[in-house]
Amino acid sequence: MLEVTDLRTHFFTFGGARVVKAVDGVSFRLREGETLGLVGESGSGKTTTCMSIVGLLPRAGRVVGGSVLFEGEDLTRKSQRELRRIRGRRIAMILQDPMASLNPLFTIFRQVAEPAFFHQHLRGRTLRERVRHLLESVRIPSPEWRMRDYPHQMSGGMRQRIVGAIALAGGPRLVIADEPTTNLDVTIQAQYLDLLKDIQRETGVALIFVTHNLGIVAKMCDRVAVMYAGKIIEQGPVRALFDDPKHPYTRALLGSVPKLGSKEPLYAIAGQPPNLADLPSGCAFHPRCPEAVPRCATEEPGDVHLAGGSVARCWLVSDGLTRS
Amino acid sequence: MASPVLEVRGLKKHFPVRQRLLGRGATWVKAVDGVDFAIHGGETLGLIGESGCGKTTTSKLILLQEVPTAGSIAFEGRDIADLAGAELMSYRRAVQVVFQDPFSSLSPRMRVRDIIAEPLEIHTQLARAAIGERVAQVLALVGLEADVAALFPHEFSGGQRQRIAIARALATDTRLIVLDEPVSALDVSVRAQIINQLEHLQRTLSVSYLFIGHDLATVAHISHRIAVMYLGKIVESADSDSLCARPMHPYTQALFAAALPSHPDDPPAERTIAGEVPSALRVPPGCRFHPRCPSAMEVCSRVEPILQPREGGGEVACHLYPQPAPIERSRGA
Repeated sequence: MLEVTDLRTHFFTFGGARVVKAVDGVSFRLREGETLGLVGESGSGKTTTCMSIVGLLPRAGRVVGGSVLFEGEDLTRKSQRELRRIRGRRIAMILQDPMASLNPLFTIFRQVAEPAFFHQHLRGRTLRERVRHLLESVRIPSPEWRMRDYPHQMSGGMRQRIVGAIALAGGPRLVIADEPTTNLDVTIQAQYLDLLKDIQRETGVALIFVTHNLGIVAKMCDRVAVMYAGKIIEQGPVRALFDDPKHPYTRALLGSVPKLGSKEPLYAIAGQPPNLADLPSGCAFHPRCPEAVPRCATEEPGDVHLAGGSVARCWLVSDGLTRS
Repeated sequence: MASPVLEVRGLKKHFPVRQRLLGRGATWVKAVDGVDFAIHGGETLGLIGESGCGKTTTSKLILLQEVPTAGSIAFEGRDIADLAGAELMSYRRAVQVVFQDPFSSLSPRMRVRDIIAEPLEIHTQLARAAIGERVAQVLALVGLEADVAALFPHEFSGGQRQRIAIARALATDTRLIVLDEPVSALDVSVRAQIINQLEHLQRTLSVSYLFIGHDLATVAHISHRIAVMYLGKIVESADSDSLCARPMHPYTQALFAAALPSHPDDPPAERTIAGEVPSALRVPPGCRFHPRCPSAMEVCSRVEPILQPREGGGEVACHLYPQPAPIERSRGA
C-alpha cells in the first residue's frame, strides 16, 4: 500500500552552502493493516521521513530523490493542492504534543468535525452524529457534553484521544503516529496504545509508529525499521529483530534498555549520536561501534537482504554472508 | 543498621487554592499528604508515580524550596527546619539536585568551569587554583575531560550536559543527590551511560540518591528500595527486588501492567487500569485509588487504609491485605 523507495530529503541552509542529509536513501514498504515501527534517536531522521511522506517539510527541506508510492500514486510528485486532499482523508497524523495539535480557541466539536466537513461535506445533524461517533470510538465519556469543551478543559490523555479522533475523522488508510505517547503517564500510555490497537483491528488502518521506545515497538508493531543518521540500518519482522538483531547498533539499543527486575549493568553505547552536518566517513555508526573493522571507516555498507525478510546495512553482516 | 541519612516523617504540603475573591471558600491541594521514608548512606530510594502524585513537591520540600505544612525532615539526625546560619549552609552543601532537563538547568551564559565552581565559591573558602583543581576532579568523576571546562553548555549534547549537572551536584562534599527524572529527556543510547555512571559514582563515593521517576524499569534498575506514590501518599514501599517479584498494591500492579514489554513475545498485561489520576483538589474519600481500583471493595470508599508491614519486607496500604492486630502505625519506609 505504501512503498517508499530510496527517499532522500536534504535541508539546505545558508543559501545552499550547507546541506544536511536528514534522510538519505530510505526504503520500506507497508501493507494494508500493518504496523511499522520507525525507531531511532533524536536527529536520526525518523520524523523527517514521515514529513516527507505527507509533504509537510519545513521550507529549508526538500525531497531530492526517491519516490513515495501510496496506493499507486507517487506523493513526491503531487502539488500541495493535491496533497491537501490526501492529508486528513487518506493519510492522517498524530503528533507528540496534543496541546500543540489542538487549537485552544475552538471547541472540540469544531476541530473533530473539520475533516468530515471538508472531505466528506457533512453538515448539520449528520456532522454532529459523526463527531459523536468518532468521540465514542476513542472512548471519550459523555461525548455529547465533551464536544462543547475546549482543549484546556481536558486532561493530557483525553486530548491525545481527541487528536486520535481527528485523525480518524477522514477515514484514513494510513495513520502516522509520531511519538504519540511521550507526554503521557505510563498508565495513560498503556490505555492509549490499547486504544490504537483496538481501532486498528476495527478499521484495518495501517500505522507508522515513530518512537524511540523499543518497548512500544515490542507491544505494537509487526515490522521495525531502525534509523541511524538518516538511514535505515536494519529492518525486518519485529520478532526477528528482537531475537536476532544483526546490526551492532540494534544490538546495542536492545542492550541499553533496563529490563524489569534485572540489575545487570546496562550496555552503554559509547559516544553521542552524530551531527548530521558532519557525518563520519564510511558507516556513520563506526566511531561508536564496538565491532568496527577498518573497512567500516572508509566504505559505506549497502543493504544486505537476509532470509525471513530482514535487511541490514553492515559490513559484518555482508562479509559474514560471503564467507559462509 | 546505621541511622539514616535522611528521614522523612508525616510530611505534608498543602497548597491553598482560592476559589473566590478574598480567599473565601479556599480549598487545599494536598500535594503531599503524610509521607514517611528514610534513605540510608550509599543507598538509592526510588520514588515512582504518575504526574501529580507529589513526587516533585516532596523533592522541593527536601531541597528547602518549600516549607512543609506538617511533618519533619531530618538530615543526619537534625530536623532541617531548625537549621540556620552555618548549619543551614552545610545542609545545602550536602544535599544537591539534578533536574530532568539539562537544557534549562545549566545557564547558557556561563562556562562549564563557572557552573561547577559556583557552589564551591559560595560554600567553601578555596583559593582559585584549588577550585580549578576541584572542577577538573569532578569532571573526571563524571567521565569528561578537564579541558571542557572552558566551553559553554550549548557546545554539549544532552547526555554530556547531564554529566555536567551531575558534576556540579558532586562539587561540594555531597551526601545526598535528589535526581528528578535525570534520564527522561535523554536519547535512549545515552540513558544507559548516565545510569551506569550514577551507579558507579554511588559505589565509589557512597553518596545517597533519591531517584524520582515514572519509568518502572529504570527506577527498579537503579534503586535499592522503591516507594510508590499515588495522590500525595505512599501506597507501597519495599525492596526493589521484592517489589518487582511481587507487587501487592493494586496501583503498583497497574504500573507493572502498564510497563512496556521488553520482547514482542512477552505475555500481554492482563489488565490495564481504566480512568485517570483524579485532581488533587478532589481526592476521593477512603482509599484514594478506589475509583480506579479493579479489586475495590465496599470498605475502600469509606476507610483510608494505612501502611502495614507487607510480606517479604516493606509496607503496603491496602484493605486487600488484612491488618494485623493491634493496629500499630508503622514508621519509616
